Amino acid sequence: MSWRALLQEAFERSVVFTQFICFLNVFSNHVVEVHQCLGPSMLPTFNVSGDILLLEHLSSRFERIKPGDVVMARSPANPRLVVCKRVLGLEGDSVTVLPTSSRGHIRQTVVPKGHVWLQGDNAYNSTDSRHYGPVPYALIQGKVFYRIWPPEGWGPVLSQPTS
Amino acid sequence: MGESLLSSLWLLTKRVCAGAVVGITLSDRIGSVATMHGRSMQPTLNPAEDDPWGYLNADLLFLEKLSLRTYNFSRGDVVVFRSPLEPKMWLVKRLIALQGDWVTVPGTYDILQVPKGHCWVEGDNAEISLDSKSFGPIPLGLMKGKVTHVVWPPSRFGPVASHLPEGRVLSQKAGTRTYP
Repeated sequence: MSWRALLQEAFERSVVFTQFICFLNVFSNHVVEVHQCLGPSMLPTFNVSGDILLLEHLSSRFERIKPGDVVMARSPANPRLVVCKRVLGLEGDSVTVLPTSSRGHIRQTVVPKGHVWLQGDNAYNSTDSRHYGPVPYALIQGKVFYRIWPPEGWGPVLSQPTS
Repeated sequence: MGESLLSSLWLLTKRVCAGAVVGITLSDRIGSVATMHGRSMQPTLNPAEDDPWGYLNADLLFLEKLSLRTYNFSRGDVVVFRSPLEPKMWLVKRLIALQGDWVTVPGTYDILQVPKGHCWVEGDNAEISLDSKSFGPIPLGLMKGKVTHVVWPPSRFGPVASHLPEGRVLSQKAGTRTYP
């Protein structure tokens, strides 16, 4: 094969490869993404580590997030950290806030405009809105709707905490 | 005859889709252009908004997205971010202070420290701008890009200067900001 033909074929293949990478990128950022959830804050719904989740970006884009949904959001305290929590209330809702330790009190608060209240299912071991306040809705990256790992945990993610 | 039309339509569709995904990737990761409306950044941006045809002469801005990888924003940058009050609205303001800095709140004698992971934004047109003076410091996670250039109209083509208005930031916490 001549060099010219070889170069031509290499170029065509890299164009297709680039298009494929871009497609994966667009699909992952705008439609459905595979993500890991780490940390004890969502026990017993998710394990401390190793759970692999499917995240869809459409509900947050079209403002269809509802109380009870598990979402991934950028942390207000660190923009590069993505946290996985449950939405307890939308703007205007009155949420019942669980105490952060066994000695705390239950209290009620109203979620301000444009914000949501996030809380981990593991109330005693979760850093969430009880620490950093209500979170702007626009920080929500997507809704967690399915768990694909571990195999015994395969299935949809429900809109209420597993008790 | 019908077959070749269908196959050339199919080829066109494939080409358009391929171009679209590459374009979206570039727009998300490298930079994009956007129009802006409103007077909160006058005179830096959109000085024509008050004219009768101002709406049609709205500035077209170039937004760079590379700084979003590490959230590398500096004081004085003009930034685009999603509004903390209306999730669908994108706002353009100048970033005045980063986490740890102390800012004065105009109209009061208060001073305020910008919390961890947050920033303080203000419009250049202080009287009419709806910004951190009303909604407080905002999480950096809301940032969507940095305005580096004005692309249209041609008479205003050029870079957008990054400068800090005087006297707003009382004390700056030293060092660059990195977010682990």
